[in-house]
Amino acid sequence: MSAIKRTDHDLLQQWIQAGSRVLDLGCGDGTLLKQLAQSKQIQGYGIENDRDLIIAGLDNGINVLEQNLNDGLTDFPDNSFDTVLMTQAIQAMSRPDQVLDEMLRVGKECIVTFPNFGNWRARWHLAIKGRMPVTKQLDFEWYDTPNIHFCTVNDFEALCQQKGIRVLNRTMVSEQFPDNSLKQLLPNLFAQTAIYHLSK
Amino acid sequence: MPESIPKNSVGIVTPQTMKFDTPLSLDSGQTLNSYEIVYETYGELNADKSNAILICHALSGTHHAAGYHSMEDKRPGWWDTCIGPGKAIDTDKFYVVCPNNIGGCNGSTGPNHINPETGKYWGPDFPPLRVRDWVRSQACLADKLGIEQWAAVVGGSLGGMQVMRWSLEYPERLRHALVIASAMKLTAQNIAFNEVARTAIRSDDDYHDGYFLEKETIPKKGLALARMIGHLTYLTDGLMGEKFGRELRSGDFERGAYNEVQFQVESYLQYQGEKFSTSFDANTYIMLTRVLDYFDLAREYNDDPVEAFRNALCKFMVISFTTDWRFSPERSQEIKNALITAGKDVSYAEIDTAQGHDAFLLPIDPYLRVFASYMRRVAQEIA
Repeated sequence: MSAIKRTDHDLLQQWIQAGSRVLDLGCGDGTLLKQLAQSKQIQGYGIENDRDLIIAGLDNGINVLEQNLNDGLTDFPDNSFDTVLMTQAIQAMSRPDQVLDEMLRVGKECIVTFPNFGNWRARWHLAIKGRMPVTKQLDFEWYDTPNIHFCTVNDFEALCQQKGIRVLNRTMVSEQFPDNSLKQLLPNLFAQTAIYHLSK
Repeated sequence: MPESIPKNSVGIVTPQTMKFDTPLSLDSGQTLNSYEIVYETYGELNADKSNAILICHALSGTHHAAGYHSMEDKRPGWWDTCIGPGKAIDTDKFYVVCPNNIGGCNGSTGPNHINPETGKYWGPDFPPLRVRDWVRSQACLADKLGIEQWAAVVGGSLGGMQVMRWSLEYPERLRHALVIASAMKLTAQNIAFNEVARTAIRSDDDYHDGYFLEKETIPKKGLALARMIGHLTYLTDGLMGEKFGRELRSGDFERGAYNEVQFQVESYLQYQGEKFSTSFDANTYIMLTRVLDYFDLAREYNDDPVEAFRNALCKFMVISFTTDWRFSPERSQEIKNALITAGKDVSYAEIDTAQGHDAFLLPIDPYLRVFASYMRRVAQEIA
Protein backbone atom coordinates (compact mmCIF):
# COMPACT_ATOMS: atom_id res chain seq x y z
CA MET A 1 0.00 0.00 0.00
CA SER A 2 2.73 2.43 0.93
CA ALA A 3 4.46 2.20 -2.45
CA ILE A 4 1.16 2.93 -4.23
CA LYS A 5 0.30 5.73 -1.85
CA ARG A 6 3.62 7.44 -2.40
CA THR A 7 3.04 7.22 -6.13
CA ASP A 8 -0.34 8.93 -5.99
CA HIS A 9 1.14 11.52 -3.62
CA ASP A 10 3.99 12.20 -6.04
CA LEU A 11 1.76 12.43 -9.09
CA LEU A 12 -0.87 14.73 -7.69
CA GLN A 13 1.69 17.33 -6.62
CA GLN A 14 2.00 18.58 -10.20
CA TRP A 15 -1.51 20.05 -9.88
CA ILE A 16 -0.85 21.99 -6.67
CA GLN A 17 0.19 25.62 -7.04
CA ALA A 18 3.09 26.90 -4.96
CA GLY A 19 1.98 28.91 -1.95
CA SER A 20 -1.65 27.81 -2.24
CA ARG A 21 -4.13 26.84 0.48
CA VAL A 22 -4.71 23.10 0.65
CA LEU A 23 -7.19 21.08 2.69
CA ASP A 24 -6.46 17.34 2.92
CA LEU A 25 -9.48 15.25 3.91
CA GLY A 26 -8.39 12.13 5.76
CA CYS A 27 -4.82 13.35 6.00
CA GLY A 28 -3.51 10.27 7.84
CA ASP A 29 -0.15 10.91 9.45
CA GLY A 30 0.27 14.11 7.45
CA THR A 31 3.04 12.84 5.14
CA LEU A 32 1.52 14.45 2.05
CA LEU A 33 0.92 17.86 3.64
CA LYS A 34 4.42 17.81 5.07
CA GLN A 35 5.84 17.05 1.60
CA LEU A 36 3.73 19.79 0.04
CA ALA A 37 4.79 22.29 2.69
CA GLN A 38 8.42 21.55 1.82
CA SER A 39 8.14 21.30 -1.96
CA LYS A 40 5.43 23.91 -2.62
CA GLN A 41 5.33 26.07 0.53
CA ILE A 42 1.60 25.51 0.75
CA GLN A 43 -0.51 26.47 3.72
CA GLY A 44 -2.07 23.13 4.51
CA TYR A 45 -4.65 21.77 6.92
CA GLY A 46 -5.48 18.11 7.34
CA ILE A 47 -8.70 16.62 8.66
CA GLU A 48 -8.44 13.33 10.52
CA ASN A 49 -10.45 11.52 13.17
CA ASP A 50 -8.18 8.65 14.14
CA ARG A 51 -6.46 9.48 17.42
CA ASP A 52 -3.13 7.82 16.61
CA LEU A 53 -3.00 9.45 13.17
CA ILE A 54 -3.84 12.86 14.68
CA ILE A 55 -0.87 12.49 17.00
CA ALA A 56 1.33 11.31 14.12
CA GLY A 57 0.21 14.37 12.15
CA LEU A 58 1.03 16.68 15.05
CA ASP A 59 4.44 15.02 15.31
CA ASN A 60 4.89 15.63 11.58
CA GLY A 61 4.39 19.33 12.17
CA ILE A 62 1.24 19.77 10.09
CA ASN A 63 -2.01 21.52 11.03
CA VAL A 64 -4.33 18.68 12.06
CA LEU A 65 -8.04 19.24 12.60
CA GLU A 66 -10.00 16.55 14.40
CA GLN A 67 -13.29 16.02 12.64
CA ASN A 68 -15.47 13.24 11.29
CA LEU A 69 -15.71 13.81 7.54
CA ASN A 70 -19.12 12.17 7.41
CA ASP A 71 -20.38 15.26 9.26
CA GLY A 72 -19.62 17.34 6.15
CA LEU A 73 -17.48 20.43 5.74
CA THR A 74 -20.01 22.92 7.11
CA ASP A 75 -17.27 24.69 9.09
CA PHE A 76 -15.60 25.78 5.84
CA PRO A 77 -16.84 28.68 3.69
CA ASP A 78 -17.29 28.37 -0.09
CA ASN A 79 -14.08 28.56 -2.13
CA SER A 80 -11.97 28.98 0.99
CA PHE A 81 -9.24 26.66 -0.32
CA ASP A 82 -7.36 26.51 -3.60
CA THR A 83 -7.32 22.73 -3.53
CA VAL A 84 -9.22 20.18 -1.48
CA LEU A 85 -7.61 16.74 -1.53
CA MET A 86 -8.81 13.30 -0.65
CA THR A 87 -6.41 10.44 -1.16
CA GLN A 88 -7.59 6.84 -0.83
CA ALA A 89 -10.44 7.73 1.47
CA ILE A 90 -13.55 8.49 -0.61
CA GLN A 91 -14.47 4.80 -0.65
CA ALA A 92 -14.69 4.89 3.16
CA MET A 93 -17.25 7.71 3.25
CA SER A 94 -20.90 7.03 4.00
CA ARG A 95 -21.95 9.27 1.05
CA PRO A 96 -19.06 9.78 -1.39
CA ASP A 97 -21.29 11.80 -3.72
CA GLN A 98 -22.08 14.34 -1.00
CA VAL A 99 -18.43 14.49 0.01
CA LEU A 100 -17.54 15.36 -3.59
CA ASP A 101 -20.16 18.14 -3.59
CA GLU A 102 -18.70 19.54 -0.38
CA MET A 103 -15.13 19.31 -1.68
CA LEU A 104 -16.07 21.27 -4.79
CA ARG A 105 -17.93 23.85 -2.73
CA VAL A 106 -15.01 24.50 -0.35
CA GLY A 107 -12.21 24.11 -2.89
CA LYS A 108 -11.69 25.90 -6.18
CA GLU A 109 -10.20 22.63 -7.37
CA CYS A 110 -10.18 19.09 -6.00
CA ILE A 111 -7.94 16.10 -6.25
CA VAL A 112 -9.34 12.65 -5.51
CA THR A 113 -7.46 9.38 -5.56
CA PHE A 114 -9.08 6.00 -5.02
CA PRO A 115 -8.42 2.30 -5.50
CA ASN A 116 -9.96 1.13 -8.77
CA PHE A 117 -12.28 -1.79 -8.07
CA GLY A 118 -12.48 -2.49 -11.79
CA ASN A 119 -8.83 -3.52 -11.79
CA TRP A 120 -8.31 -6.94 -13.38
CA ARG A 121 -7.02 -8.42 -10.12
CA ALA A 122 -10.16 -7.44 -8.26
CA ARG A 123 -12.26 -8.83 -11.13
CA TRP A 124 -10.25 -12.06 -11.14
CA HIS A 125 -10.67 -12.42 -7.37
CA LEU A 126 -14.42 -12.14 -7.62
CA ALA A 127 -14.87 -14.00 -10.92
CA ILE A 128 -12.61 -16.98 -10.33
CA LYS A 129 -12.43 -17.29 -6.58
CA GLY A 130 -15.95 -16.07 -5.99
CA ARG A 131 -14.71 -14.08 -2.99
CA MET A 132 -14.54 -10.36 -2.34
CA PRO A 133 -11.10 -9.11 -3.35
CA VAL A 134 -8.43 -8.94 -0.66
CA THR A 135 -5.20 -7.61 -2.08
CA LYS A 136 -2.04 -6.11 -0.71
CA GLN A 137 -3.55 -2.70 -1.37
CA LEU A 138 -6.98 -3.53 0.00
CA ASP A 139 -6.03 -5.70 2.91
CA PHE A 140 -9.41 -6.14 4.61
CA GLU A 141 -12.09 -8.80 4.77
CA TRP A 142 -15.54 -7.77 3.53
CA TYR A 143 -16.93 -7.63 7.07
CA ASP A 144 -14.28 -5.41 8.68
CA THR A 145 -13.31 -3.14 5.82
CA PRO A 146 -13.66 0.61 6.34
CA ASN A 147 -14.01 0.79 2.55
CA ILE A 148 -17.76 0.61 2.21
CA HIS A 149 -18.21 2.32 -1.16
CA PHE A 150 -15.83 0.90 -3.68
CA CYS A 151 -16.12 2.08 -7.23
CA THR A 152 -14.43 1.57 -10.57
CA VAL A 153 -12.88 4.22 -12.79
CA ASN A 154 -15.99 4.02 -14.99
CA ASP A 155 -18.31 4.41 -12.01
CA PHE A 156 -16.44 7.51 -10.89
CA GLU A 157 -16.49 9.07 -14.34
CA ALA A 158 -20.21 8.42 -14.60
CA LEU A 159 -20.76 10.20 -11.28
CA CYS A 160 -18.68 13.19 -12.43
CA GLN A 161 -20.67 13.36 -15.65
CA GLN A 162 -23.98 13.13 -13.84
CA LYS A 163 -22.97 15.94 -11.48
CA GLY A 164 -21.43 18.10 -14.19
CA ILE A 165 -18.03 17.97 -12.55
CA ARG A 166 -15.17 18.96 -14.85
CA VAL A 167 -12.27 16.51 -15.03
CA LEU A 168 -9.24 18.77 -15.47
CA ASN A 169 -6.72 15.93 -15.46
CA ARG A 170 -6.56 12.26 -14.65
CA THR A 171 -3.78 9.78 -14.33
CA MET A 172 -3.58 6.13 -13.42
CA VAL A 173 -1.19 4.13 -11.29
CA SER A 174 -0.43 0.42 -11.52
CA GLU A 175 2.24 -1.49 -9.70
CA GLN A 176 2.13 -4.37 -12.20
CA PHE A 177 2.40 -2.13 -15.23
CA PRO A 178 4.59 0.72 -14.09
CA ASP A 179 5.81 1.64 -17.57
CA ASN A 180 2.92 0.36 -19.59
CA SER A 181 0.46 2.61 -21.27
CA LEU A 182 -2.25 -0.04 -20.82
CA LYS A 183 -3.33 1.58 -17.57
CA GLN A 184 -3.89 4.88 -19.34
CA LEU A 185 -5.58 3.30 -22.36
CA LEU A 186 -7.76 0.88 -20.42
CA PRO A 187 -7.76 2.40 -16.99
CA ASN A 188 -10.86 0.60 -15.78
CA LEU A 189 -9.12 -2.73 -16.26
CA PHE A 190 -5.51 -1.97 -15.46
CA ALA A 191 -5.31 0.95 -13.06
CA GLN A 192 -4.85 0.10 -9.40
CA THR A 193 -5.20 3.67 -8.26
CA ALA A 194 -6.98 6.45 -10.10
CA ILE A 195 -6.05 10.09 -9.59
CA TYR A 196 -8.52 12.78 -10.64
CA HIS A 197 -8.08 16.53 -10.76
CA LEU A 198 -11.52 18.15 -10.71
CA SER A 199 -13.28 21.48 -10.71
CA LYS A 200 -16.85 22.72 -10.74
CA MET B 1 1.15 14.26 52.01
CA PRO B 2 3.48 12.71 49.43
CA GLU B 3 5.53 10.02 51.19
CA SER B 4 8.15 10.62 48.57
CA ILE B 5 8.24 13.03 45.67
CA PRO B 6 7.27 11.20 42.45
CA LYS B 7 10.04 11.04 39.84
CA ASN B 8 8.00 12.97 37.30
CA SER B 9 7.26 15.81 39.71
CA VAL B 10 9.03 19.15 39.73
CA GLY B 11 9.50 18.47 43.45
CA ILE B 12 9.42 21.04 46.23
CA VAL B 13 8.84 24.52 44.84
CA THR B 14 8.89 27.96 46.42
CA PRO B 15 6.75 30.84 45.18
CA GLN B 16 8.54 34.08 44.34
CA THR B 17 7.30 37.64 44.37
CA MET B 18 8.01 40.34 41.80
CA LYS B 19 7.33 43.95 42.78
CA PHE B 20 6.30 46.50 40.16
CA ASP B 21 6.57 50.24 40.78
CA THR B 22 5.73 51.33 37.24
CA PRO B 23 2.00 52.13 37.20
CA LEU B 24 -0.18 49.71 35.26
CA SER B 25 -2.82 51.39 33.11
CA LEU B 26 -6.00 49.36 33.21
CA ASP B 27 -8.75 49.00 30.61
CA SER B 28 -11.18 50.64 33.04
CA GLY B 29 -9.19 53.87 32.78
CA GLN B 30 -7.92 53.42 36.32
CA THR B 31 -4.29 52.87 37.24
CA LEU B 32 -2.65 50.46 39.62
CA ASN B 33 0.31 52.50 40.86
CA SER B 34 2.23 49.59 42.28
CA TYR B 35 1.54 45.90 42.53
CA GLU B 36 3.06 42.54 43.24
CA ILE B 37 2.85 39.33 41.27
CA VAL B 38 3.48 36.02 43.00
CA TYR B 39 4.68 33.32 40.62
CA GLU B 40 6.35 29.95 40.45
CA THR B 41 8.85 28.67 37.92
CA TYR B 42 9.79 25.12 36.99
CA GLY B 43 12.73 23.94 34.87
CA GLU B 44 15.71 25.99 33.70
CA LEU B 45 15.71 29.01 31.41
CA ASN B 46 18.14 28.28 28.57
CA ALA B 47 20.96 30.62 27.54
CA ASP B 48 19.06 32.42 24.77
CA LYS B 49 15.86 32.49 26.85
CA SER B 50 13.90 30.77 24.12
CA ASN B 51 12.35 27.93 26.12
CA ALA B 52 9.97 29.85 28.39
CA ILE B 53 6.33 28.78 28.71
CA LEU B 54 3.70 31.01 30.32
CA ILE B 55 0.85 29.27 32.12
CA CYS B 56 -2.36 31.32 32.47
CA HIS B 57 -4.61 30.06 35.22
CA ALA B 58 -8.39 29.84 35.30
CA LEU B 59 -10.99 31.06 37.78
CA SER B 60 -9.84 29.25 40.90
CA GLY B 61 -6.27 28.59 39.80
CA THR B 62 -3.15 30.00 41.39
CA HIS B 63 0.57 30.36 40.75
CA HIS B 64 0.99 26.90 42.26
CA ALA B 65 0.61 24.84 39.10
CA ALA B 66 3.01 21.99 39.82
CA GLY B 67 5.04 20.29 42.53
CA TYR B 68 4.67 20.58 46.28
CA HIS B 69 5.32 23.42 48.69
CA SER B 70 6.38 20.99 51.41
CA MET B 71 6.30 17.34 52.27
CA GLU B 72 3.17 18.14 54.28
CA ASP B 73 1.23 19.18 51.14
CA LYS B 74 -1.79 16.96 50.64
CA ARG B 75 -1.73 17.35 46.90
CA PRO B 76 0.46 18.90 44.20
CA GLY B 77 -0.20 22.06 42.17
CA TRP B 78 -3.37 22.35 40.09
CA TRP B 79 -1.81 21.31 36.78
CA ASP B 80 0.73 18.80 38.03
CA THR B 81 -0.84 16.31 35.63
CA CYS B 82 0.57 18.28 32.72
CA ILE B 83 3.72 19.98 34.07
CA GLY B 84 6.85 18.11 35.12
CA PRO B 85 9.80 16.09 33.87
CA GLY B 86 8.62 13.98 30.91
CA LYS B 87 5.07 15.34 31.13
CA ALA B 88 3.20 17.22 28.37
CA ILE B 89 4.87 20.47 29.41
CA ASP B 90 8.24 18.87 29.95
CA THR B 91 10.29 20.75 32.54
CA ASP B 92 13.43 18.99 31.27
CA LYS B 93 12.98 21.07 28.11
CA PHE B 94 11.00 24.12 29.14
CA TYR B 95 11.23 26.90 31.69
CA VAL B 96 7.68 27.24 32.96
CA VAL B 97 6.36 30.42 34.55
CA CYS B 98 3.00 30.47 36.31
CA PRO B 99 1.91 33.77 37.89
CA ASN B 100 -1.09 34.38 40.13
CA ASN B 101 -3.13 37.03 38.32
CA ILE B 102 -3.54 40.44 39.88
CA GLY B 103 -6.92 40.76 41.52
CA GLY B 104 -6.47 37.20 42.74
CA CYS B 105 -6.34 36.13 46.35
CA ASN B 106 -3.33 33.89 46.53
CA GLY B 107 -0.53 36.40 46.97
CA SER B 108 -0.62 38.77 44.02
CA THR B 109 -2.07 42.22 44.64
CA GLY B 110 -5.82 41.89 44.97
CA PRO B 111 -8.92 42.80 47.00
CA ASN B 112 -7.61 41.04 50.11
CA HIS B 113 -4.49 43.28 50.11
CA ILE B 114 -4.09 46.68 51.75
CA ASN B 115 -4.42 49.63 49.39
CA PRO B 116 -1.26 51.61 50.21
CA GLU B 117 -3.06 54.86 49.43
CA THR B 118 -5.85 54.35 51.98
CA GLY B 119 -4.26 51.95 54.44
CA LYS B 120 -7.40 49.82 54.19
CA TYR B 121 -8.24 46.60 52.40
CA TRP B 122 -8.94 47.12 48.71
CA GLY B 123 -12.06 44.99 49.09
CA PRO B 124 -14.75 45.82 46.55
CA ASP B 125 -12.87 48.99 45.55
CA PHE B 126 -10.15 47.05 43.78
CA PRO B 127 -10.15 48.38 40.21
CA PRO B 128 -12.29 46.29 37.86
CA LEU B 129 -10.09 44.23 35.56
CA ARG B 130 -10.25 42.79 32.08
CA VAL B 131 -8.33 39.90 30.57
CA ARG B 132 -6.22 42.48 28.75
CA ASP B 133 -5.03 43.90 32.09
CA TRP B 134 -3.76 40.49 33.16
CA VAL B 135 -2.01 40.01 29.85
CA ARG B 136 -0.36 43.41 30.22
CA SER B 137 0.81 42.61 33.76
CA GLN B 138 2.10 39.21 32.60
CA ALA B 139 4.07 41.01 29.88
CA CYS B 140 5.60 43.24 32.57
CA LEU B 141 6.60 40.08 34.46
CA ALA B 142 8.15 38.68 31.27
CA ASP B 143 10.15 41.92 30.88
CA LYS B 144 11.52 41.57 34.40
CA LEU B 145 12.40 37.92 33.81
CA GLY B 146 14.19 38.90 30.59
CA ILE B 147 11.83 36.85 28.41
CA GLU B 148 11.26 38.64 25.12
CA GLN B 149 9.27 35.87 23.52
CA TRP B 150 7.46 32.89 25.02
CA ALA B 151 7.96 29.55 23.30
CA ALA B 152 4.27 29.09 24.13
CA VAL B 153 1.50 30.63 26.19
CA VAL B 154 -0.83 27.96 27.54
CA GLY B 155 -4.12 28.04 29.41
CA GLY B 156 -7.49 26.39 29.92
CA SER B 157 -10.92 28.01 30.33
CA LEU B 158 -10.40 31.61 31.54
CA GLY B 159 -6.70 30.87 31.03
CA GLY B 160 -7.40 30.17 27.36
CA MET B 161 -8.97 33.62 27.04
CA GLN B 162 -5.70 35.12 28.27
CA VAL B 163 -3.79 33.03 25.73
CA MET B 164 -5.91 34.33 22.84
CA ARG B 165 -5.57 37.90 24.10
CA TRP B 166 -1.79 37.47 24.26
CA SER B 167 -1.76 36.49 20.59
CA LEU B 168 -3.46 39.77 19.67
CA GLU B 169 -1.87 42.19 22.15
CA TYR B 170 1.73 41.00 21.84
CA PRO B 171 1.86 39.02 18.59
CA GLU B 172 5.67 39.07 18.44
CA ARG B 173 6.05 37.83 21.97
CA LEU B 174 4.82 34.24 21.58
CA ARG B 175 5.49 31.48 19.07
CA HIS B 176 2.66 29.14 20.04
CA ALA B 177 -0.71 29.54 21.72
CA LEU B 178 -2.47 26.57 23.34
CA VAL B 179 -6.12 27.34 23.99
CA ILE B 180 -7.85 24.59 25.98
CA ALA B 181 -11.57 24.30 26.85
CA SER B 182 -12.09 27.99 26.22
CA ALA B 183 -14.29 30.42 24.28
CA MET B 184 -14.02 33.77 22.50
CA LYS B 185 -16.92 34.97 24.66
CA LEU B 186 -19.33 33.50 27.16
CA THR B 187 -22.85 32.48 26.24
CA ALA B 188 -25.90 33.93 28.02
CA GLN B 189 -26.30 30.70 29.99
CA ASN B 190 -22.70 30.96 31.15
CA ILE B 191 -23.14 34.57 32.27
CA ALA B 192 -26.33 33.49 34.04
CA PHE B 193 -24.47 30.87 36.08
CA ASN B 194 -21.94 33.51 37.08
CA GLU B 195 -24.69 35.90 38.14
CA VAL B 196 -26.26 33.21 40.33
CA ALA B 197 -22.87 32.72 41.99
CA ARG B 198 -22.44 36.46 42.54
CA THR B 199 -25.95 36.75 43.96
CA ALA B 200 -25.21 33.90 46.37
CA ILE B 201 -22.21 35.83 47.71
CA ARG B 202 -23.99 39.18 47.89
CA SER B 203 -26.94 37.70 49.72
CA ASP B 204 -24.75 36.47 52.57
CA ASP B 205 -25.18 38.83 55.56
CA ASP B 206 -21.46 38.59 56.16
CA TYR B 207 -20.68 40.08 52.74
CA HIS B 208 -21.21 43.67 53.95
CA ASP B 209 -21.17 45.07 50.41
CA GLY B 210 -17.68 43.67 50.03
CA TYR B 211 -16.20 45.32 53.14
CA PHE B 212 -16.21 42.07 55.11
CA LEU B 213 -12.48 42.00 55.87
CA GLU B 214 -12.77 45.30 57.73
CA LYS B 215 -15.57 43.71 59.74
CA GLU B 216 -13.25 40.76 60.36
CA THR B 217 -15.58 38.25 58.83
CA ILE B 218 -15.99 36.39 55.54
CA PRO B 219 -19.18 35.49 53.64
CA LYS B 220 -18.53 31.78 53.93
CA LYS B 221 -22.06 30.64 53.20
CA GLY B 222 -22.40 32.72 50.07
CA LEU B 223 -19.01 31.75 48.76
CA ALA B 224 -19.65 28.07 49.45
CA LEU B 225 -22.95 28.24 47.58
CA ALA B 226 -21.29 30.08 44.68
CA ARG B 227 -18.69 27.35 44.47
CA MET B 228 -21.25 24.57 44.66
CA ILE B 229 -23.09 26.04 41.69
CA GLY B 230 -19.88 26.56 39.75
CA HIS B 231 -18.59 23.10 40.56
CA LEU B 232 -21.82 21.48 39.37
CA THR B 233 -21.46 23.09 35.97
CA TYR B 234 -17.91 21.80 35.58
CA LEU B 235 -19.15 18.20 35.92
CA THR B 236 -21.67 16.21 33.89
CA ASP B 237 -24.76 14.17 34.69
CA GLY B 238 -23.03 11.03 33.48
CA LEU B 239 -19.91 11.63 35.50
CA MET B 240 -21.82 12.37 38.68
CA GLY B 241 -23.89 9.26 38.13
CA GLU B 242 -20.71 7.26 37.77
CA LYS B 243 -18.97 8.88 40.72
CA PHE B 244 -21.83 9.10 43.24
CA GLY B 245 -24.93 7.49 41.80
CA ARG B 246 -27.54 7.38 44.55
CA GLU B 247 -25.09 6.16 47.15
CA LEU B 248 -25.96 7.19 50.67
CA ARG B 249 -23.48 8.68 53.05
CA SER B 250 -25.79 8.40 56.03
CA GLY B 251 -29.35 7.43 56.93
CA ASP B 252 -31.53 4.83 55.22
CA PHE B 253 -34.96 4.31 53.70
CA GLU B 254 -36.05 1.62 56.14
CA ARG B 255 -39.83 1.71 56.59
CA GLY B 256 -41.20 2.31 60.01
CA ALA B 257 -38.37 4.54 61.13
CA TYR B 258 -37.01 7.88 59.98
CA ASN B 259 -33.27 8.18 59.51
CA GLU B 260 -32.48 11.33 57.61
CA VAL B 261 -30.70 10.54 54.42
CA GLN B 262 -27.66 12.27 53.01
CA PHE B 263 -26.60 11.28 49.52
CA GLN B 264 -22.89 11.07 48.75
CA VAL B 265 -23.27 13.80 46.14
CA GLU B 266 -24.66 16.19 48.77
CA SER B 267 -21.77 15.55 51.07
CA TYR B 268 -19.29 15.98 48.21
CA LEU B 269 -20.76 19.32 47.15
CA GLN B 270 -20.90 20.58 50.74
CA TYR B 271 -17.25 19.65 51.18
CA GLN B 272 -16.23 21.41 47.95
CA GLY B 273 -18.14 24.54 48.96
CA GLU B 274 -16.78 24.67 52.48
CA LYS B 275 -13.20 24.07 51.41
CA PHE B 276 -13.42 26.87 48.89
CA SER B 277 -15.20 29.31 51.21
CA THR B 278 -12.26 29.51 53.59
CA SER B 279 -9.55 29.62 50.93
CA PHE B 280 -10.93 32.09 48.40
CA ASP B 281 -11.77 35.78 48.59
CA ALA B 282 -15.38 36.70 47.80
CA ASN B 283 -14.46 39.98 46.10
CA THR B 284 -11.97 38.15 43.91
CA TYR B 285 -14.65 35.61 42.98
CA ILE B 286 -17.08 38.33 42.01
CA MET B 287 -14.45 40.17 40.02
CA LEU B 288 -13.13 37.08 38.22
CA THR B 289 -16.60 36.04 37.13
CA ARG B 290 -17.05 39.56 35.76
CA VAL B 291 -13.77 39.32 33.86
CA LEU B 292 -15.13 36.14 32.32
CA ASP B 293 -18.47 37.72 31.45
CA TYR B 294 -16.96 40.86 29.92
CA PHE B 295 -14.41 39.05 27.78
CA ASP B 296 -15.18 39.27 24.08
CA LEU B 297 -12.12 38.61 21.96
CA ALA B 298 -13.40 40.35 18.84
CA ARG B 299 -15.26 43.30 20.40
CA GLU B 300 -12.62 45.80 19.31
CA TYR B 301 -12.26 44.12 15.92
CA ASN B 302 -15.74 44.88 14.52
CA ASP B 303 -17.03 41.79 16.31
CA ASP B 304 -15.22 39.75 13.69
CA PRO B 305 -12.99 36.98 15.11
CA VAL B 306 -11.32 36.54 11.73
CA GLU B 307 -10.31 40.19 11.67
CA ALA B 308 -9.09 39.83 15.26
CA PHE B 309 -6.97 36.77 14.60
CA ARG B 310 -5.40 38.32 11.49
CA ASN B 311 -3.23 40.21 14.00
CA ALA B 312 -1.80 37.02 15.47
CA LEU B 313 1.61 35.76 14.40
CA CYS B 314 1.84 32.59 16.48
CA LYS B 315 0.67 29.05 15.76
CA PHE B 316 -2.32 27.66 17.61
CA MET B 317 -3.43 24.42 19.21
CA VAL B 318 -7.07 24.34 20.27
CA ILE B 319 -8.42 21.51 22.44
CA SER B 320 -11.98 20.85 23.59
CA PHE B 321 -13.79 18.07 25.45
CA THR B 322 -16.95 16.43 24.16
CA THR B 323 -18.98 16.61 27.40
CA ASP B 324 -17.86 20.10 28.43
CA TRP B 325 -21.11 22.08 28.43
CA ARG B 326 -19.70 25.16 30.15
CA PHE B 327 -17.13 25.74 27.39
CA SER B 328 -18.54 23.42 24.75
CA PRO B 329 -16.66 22.06 21.72
CA GLU B 330 -18.73 24.43 19.54
CA ARG B 331 -16.99 27.40 21.20
CA SER B 332 -13.58 25.89 20.45
CA GLN B 333 -14.65 25.13 16.89
CA GLU B 334 -15.49 28.81 16.46
CA ILE B 335 -11.93 29.66 17.50
CA LYS B 336 -10.51 27.05 15.13
CA ASN B 337 -12.69 28.18 12.20
CA ALA B 338 -11.81 31.85 12.66
CA LEU B 339 -8.11 30.97 12.74
CA ILE B 340 -8.35 28.91 9.54
CA THR B 341 -10.20 31.67 7.73
CA ALA B 342 -7.63 34.17 9.00
CA GLY B 343 -4.97 31.94 7.42
CA LYS B 344 -3.29 31.03 10.69
CA ASP B 345 -1.66 27.73 11.52
CA VAL B 346 -3.97 25.81 13.85
CA SER B 347 -4.49 22.26 15.01
CA TYR B 348 -7.63 21.13 16.77
CA ALA B 349 -8.43 18.13 18.93
CA GLU B 350 -11.79 17.21 20.43
CA ILE B 351 -11.23 14.79 23.29
CA ASP B 352 -13.94 12.23 23.91
CA THR B 353 -14.41 12.08 27.67
CA ALA B 354 -17.14 12.01 30.31
CA GLN B 355 -15.34 14.51 32.54
CA GLY B 356 -16.97 17.78 31.43
CA HIS B 357 -15.18 21.10 31.80
CA ASP B 358 -12.87 19.79 34.54
CA ALA B 359 -11.35 17.45 31.95
CA PHE B 360 -8.62 19.95 31.13
CA LEU B 361 -7.15 19.41 34.59
CA LEU B 362 -7.37 15.63 34.58
CA PRO B 363 -5.10 12.78 33.46
CA ILE B 364 -7.06 11.72 30.38
CA ASP B 365 -4.75 9.67 28.19
CA PRO B 366 -5.71 10.89 24.68
CA TYR B 367 -5.68 14.49 25.94
CA LEU B 368 -2.23 14.16 27.46
CA ARG B 369 -0.92 12.45 24.31
CA VAL B 370 -2.21 15.19 22.01
CA PHE B 371 -0.96 17.89 24.37
CA ALA B 372 2.48 16.26 24.66
CA SER B 373 2.71 15.79 20.91
CA TYR B 374 2.09 19.48 20.25
CA MET B 375 4.54 20.50 22.96
CA ARG B 376 7.22 18.30 21.35
CA ARG B 377 6.77 20.44 18.25
CA VAL B 378 7.19 23.57 20.36
CA ALA B 379 10.37 22.07 21.86
CA GLN B 380 11.80 21.11 18.45
CA GLU B 381 11.83 24.75 17.39
CA ILE B 382 14.05 25.68 20.30
CA ALA B 383 17.65 25.58 19.24
